[in-house]
Amino acid sequence: MAAAEERRIRLWQGRVETRVEITGDGPPLVFLHGPWGVRGDRDFLERLASGHRIYAPSHPGTTPQDPDAIHQLDEWWDLVVYHGELFDRLGLETPPLIGHSFGGMLACEIAAAMPGRVSKLVLINPLGLWRDDLPVKNWMILPEDQRRATLFADPAGAAAERFFKLPADPAARVEAQAAFIWSLACTGKFVWPIPDKGLKKRIHRIAAPTLIIWGAADQVIAPAYAHEFAGRIAGARVELIDHAGHLPHLEQPHVVARLVRGFLEG
Amino acid sequence: MKVCMFHLMPYRDLAPDFDRRYKSAYIDPVWFDVADPDKVGQYYNWTVDEMVHAARAGMHGLCTNQHHQNVYGFMANPSLMGAALAKLTNGLNVAIIQIGSTLPSTSPPTRIAEEYALIDCLSGGRLVAGFPTGLPTDATISNGVVPVEQRERYREALQLVLKAWQAREVFAWNGKHYQLPMVNLWPRPIQQPHPPIWIPGSGSATTVEFVVDRDDCFCHLSYFGAKNAETLGDYYWETVARRGRDLNPYRLGFLQLIGVAETDAAAEEYAPHVEYFFHKLLYTPQYYQAIPGYQDYPSLVRGLRAPLRERFDLRALKYKDFVERGFLIAGSAATVRDQLVEGVKRLRIGHLLALLHFGSMPHELCLKNIDLFCRDVLPHLEDIWDDQWQDRWWPERLRVKRSVPAAAAAES
Repeated sequence: MAAAEERRIRLWQGRVETRVEITGDGPPLVFLHGPWGVRGDRDFLERLASGHRIYAPSHPGTTPQDPDAIHQLDEWWDLVVYHGELFDRLGLETPPLIGHSFGGMLACEIAAAMPGRVSKLVLINPLGLWRDDLPVKNWMILPEDQRRATLFADPAGAAAERFFKLPADPAARVEAQAAFIWSLACTGKFVWPIPDKGLKKRIHRIAAPTLIIWGAADQVIAPAYAHEFAGRIAGARVELIDHAGHLPHLEQPHVVARLVRGFLEG
Repeated sequence: MKVCMFHLMPYRDLAPDFDRRYKSAYIDPVWFDVADPDKVGQYYNWTVDEMVHAARAGMHGLCTNQHHQNVYGFMANPSLMGAALAKLTNGLNVAIIQIGSTLPSTSPPTRIAEEYALIDCLSGGRLVAGFPTGLPTDATISNGVVPVEQRERYREALQLVLKAWQAREVFAWNGKHYQLPMVNLWPRPIQQPHPPIWIPGSGSATTVEFVVDRDDCFCHLSYFGAKNAETLGDYYWETVARRGRDLNPYRLGFLQLIGVAETDAAAEEYAPHVEYFFHKLLYTPQYYQAIPGYQDYPSLVRGLRAPLRERFDLRALKYKDFVERGFLIAGSAATVRDQLVEGVKRLRIGHLLALLHFGSMPHELCLKNIDLFCRDVLPHLEDIWDDQWQDRWWPERLRVKRSVPAAAAAES
């Protein structure tokens, strides 16, 4: 396995700098992170790295030193076209996409807008649909004392511990806290105040074989949404993950990685 | 200096167990579980009466504000209150200070330009145009504004309002957040090119810098008192100096809770009301206030490293603490005067925004507070700064020295 590499790419008429973390060997695979940034996902990505070359771009505005980039993209149309440009620049013609939460919604929009650009689609607890009887919990305004229990099936478990752990060094701590909050802000731009931005009108265009993975104990988006997605994407398969909440790839990384590898290689 | 009556128009009769039932004064308390519309009608009437009483007693200005979905203050649209106050105070030398309508949550913001212009016309040019960015809770939760766009929308809206007030020709506005094909505002304000602009802030370095660069008046609405505002005050004046502006105290407004009584001991009559204010009304948790994106990135980092505002566990503090720690300046007129003069001079405050009604304070006590303040405190504050500085952020027509002393006005 090759060492993780970090590439900086300037896109969007030079106005947006994007960090792309690249790791692993094999056919390409794009991972789109959730609302909290890519930091928490790195261990999971390493589990996929033995079979794939993984490209994990940071959402516009979350690349260190370019926070204002978020003001250069304003709507979903911008975001989808921007990712088309990003794939072009990375030389990715028809990569498989994995997206978690916000990244799952983004992956759907890309796959619906450009069906020919996505070979396979893995959605992990994606945002993007809405049921009035099962409203998505607003993850941007969670009380401090409810965050763990809302995001994790086991709030006291090692995954929750790692996810919220901050560096001891004061400067590094501020940097990590700021990155966490700013990532919520930059992804939230496209989904506030209700994460239903018209995907339901476009989702039928998804042509890629699709695997939907959902933590069975998700408190943010009820697992019933797995079937809402599956019912709208032809041939999609659903896998519910026990003992996992909104971040099943962190709580049950082994199980999720095995499912993903099996799906991509199958 | 100028001293202005500020009013939040709160819910005055919350149940004693309100603070045990609710974690937040905002968003969570459901109207039908908490409020009585007849009482609320009474509060609106009392609020207007108290403001007009303050104007007649000699206050220089009356401040209204906009908040939503809460028990702490719900004027909702301050222009409605401001219009009533403008009409009821015609003939008095008193400014109508709208501080004010929140631009990012009103679309298109030309609506605010119209309302303000209407109030300026109605009042005969007595409007101060306040432009808050709006609390994150109000803007992003109650009005659905995207947090990371709140500031950007605000800045564009302010430019649009200023142009709409002044343009001599019909113009098209092709902005990022607002597009209007033909703008030709009716009415326009009496005060041209525009009424004085005050911009409130509660501790964001970005707002401070923005206001200083624009050369407007910055109003620090901290609610924690002058004693607890020294870090922000110092940062403000350092910014003013660094950006080459003069040190005119009138470029700073500051809000202070004040309770005047016959003696220091008698001021304890304000105890239940200040505790009600801080324990029930001002209690809004961080997750509703610090919504990701409401601050830009530099302010976010700065706030994490060294906040300009201290945080307090308000529900752990009692009347004695609020007074000792300066959240509330309460006591005899002499005590209040001394503490105010000290705070005003320390922070260089040109516009003191006096919160003379707070919490559950009954109407009669509020009127008494206004009377004692205007008779025995205000006359000792009015001349501060005027030997050296002119108030450039005050309606032109009100800048003449007032012929009727405040005390005499209070007695009439």
